[in-house]
Amino acid sequence: MKIDKATLQKIAHLARLDFEEAGADKMVADMTEILDWVEKLNELDTDGVEPLTNMSAEQNVLREDEAKEPLSHERGLLNAPKKDSDYFRVPKVME
Amino acid sequence: MKAYTSLSEVKDAIQKGETSCQQLVEFYLQNIEKKKHLNAFLEVYTDEAREQAQQVDQKLKNGTAGKLAGMVVGLKDVLCHQDHGLQSSSHILEGFISQFSGTAVQKLLEEDAIVIGRQNCDEFAMGSSNENSAFGPVLNDADNTRVPGGSSGGSAVAVQADMCLVSLGSDTGGSVRQPAAFCGIVGLKPTYGRISRHGLVAYASSFDSIGVFSKSVEDSALVLEVIAGADEYDSTSARVEVPAYSQALQKQDKPYRIAYISNTLESEGLNSEIKASVEEKLQWLKSEGHTVEAVEFPLLDYLLPSYYILSTAEASSNLSRFDGVKYGYRSPNATNLESMYKKTRSEGFGAEVKRRIMLGTFVLSASYYDAYYTKAQKVRRLIKDATDKLLSSYDFIVLPTTPTTAFRLGEHTADPLEMYLADLFTVQANLCGLPAISLPNGTDKEGLPIGLQVVASAFAEDKMFAFSKYLMEA
Repeated sequence: MKIDKATLQKIAHLARLDFEEAGADKMVADMTEILDWVEKLNELDTDGVEPLTNMSAEQNVLREDEAKEPLSHERGLLNAPKKDSDYFRVPKVME
Repeated sequence: MKAYTSLSEVKDAIQKGETSCQQLVEFYLQNIEKKKHLNAFLEVYTDEAREQAQQVDQKLKNGTAGKLAGMVVGLKDVLCHQDHGLQSSSHILEGFISQFSGTAVQKLLEEDAIVIGRQNCDEFAMGSSNENSAFGPVLNDADNTRVPGGSSGGSAVAVQADMCLVSLGSDTGGSVRQPAAFCGIVGLKPTYGRISRHGLVAYASSFDSIGVFSKSVEDSALVLEVIAGADEYDSTSARVEVPAYSQALQKQDKPYRIAYISNTLESEGLNSEIKASVEEKLQWLKSEGHTVEAVEFPLLDYLLPSYYILSTAEASSNLSRFDGVKYGYRSPNATNLESMYKKTRSEGFGAEVKRRIMLGTFVLSASYYDAYYTKAQKVRRLIKDATDKLLSSYDFIVLPTTPTTAFRLGEHTADPLEMYLADLFTVQANLCGLPAISLPNGTDKEGLPIGLQVVASAFAEDKMFAFSKYLMEA
């Protein structure tokens, strides 16, 4: 699979990443190389194979829906880069 | 002071009055200082470890000490330890302080283990050489021009160089076993779900497992016994009963049935000295009366490609939480919310992490989901079924841990694919959720450690430990 610049920019946007010119070229090359390599899987016939989606031996692990405070408000805000007394602060979203 | 190789040795020495927790902590602190150039620790809890040692010594006198009293441990920088820093060796978690302790860490503390510091690793546990850390590479104590392996390189070197008795690491594709092999120590990856992942920074959630570094199989068994078990904070943690592993280390009476994968031993990249060391061990097992048989595993070449599709997909999703809003680094260069996300992530993550996020986002994107992601999930089923089938007729699969011994710093950094090949023999256990252990098995001509790997059926850690101890004593 040859990745082009437009695909790269589209994926970068989905991943919320930016690549500058030099970085973009290297990423295009790396992704193309790695995707070519993983395409080896196409050699295998997997028709009728159920995808393996979960590794856990457990099923339906449920608990009572009880209100608890696993983390205090103060601890929750402890690591915020920007906060006020009650909230995380981010750049203005609406004009 | 002599370096101890197991907690039982430490306990004997304490009982005889030859040492104390306080003396042990001083010994490890001195080694950490002496071996600073290895860059194994990101932070050392000097005062706190001294205080803890004093308290545990007191408890030992009073007869109230926990199972792990006398054990000094280090934690890979991906494990939450309340009120201590945690960065996953990444700039994006700059200044982060854990608000709680993960279940495994909490259980260690409750049994009076002394935590001496947190250890360098590849950023977000992505790497096989510890060269992807935001805090610089870790050096192998056997040869300072070589890597310790990764991603838990600091944790492996800390045990190798006697900076602590035991380390906790994490193993997603081999990140405990591969560095254990490169450093000549024991590295355990238990069954998926055996240890709660609560408080482990997530990389690829269907692969991630906390693991243990030690010098002895006994310590590996004892630590697993303490930290394993069901946990209300991790719904994938197994409710299977936890045996007293440390009390069941006697080898079984009847001969073992051992398989080795012939196309593994014939693989092109396998170093001839490693091959010889595996063959020698297999020969010895045969001479001891065990059944040792060659089997084919035709899916060998598909292990790494399916692993990289699935693990990067899961990583891209898990790492979406690092956006500069709730914790860690936030770029000062943003003009609006979207540019805050993008600049924070682009400035905060290193090259390998970005590469994996991009790949993962690609294979999960609408147009390519079925061709890559679903395809890999199907192949994972084939791999798991074939491996389980093998283990239904054999007790263990024995194989090399790594294709080569520790390589040189910078040797594989230019080409990501070359680096990925370092996990060729370890990813199978993660793809299948199986327990596996790497045991020291001699050295090559240059004195570099060689590892031997044992893979067992799900939840057969007890059997695996007993067999491992037997192998180590051979």
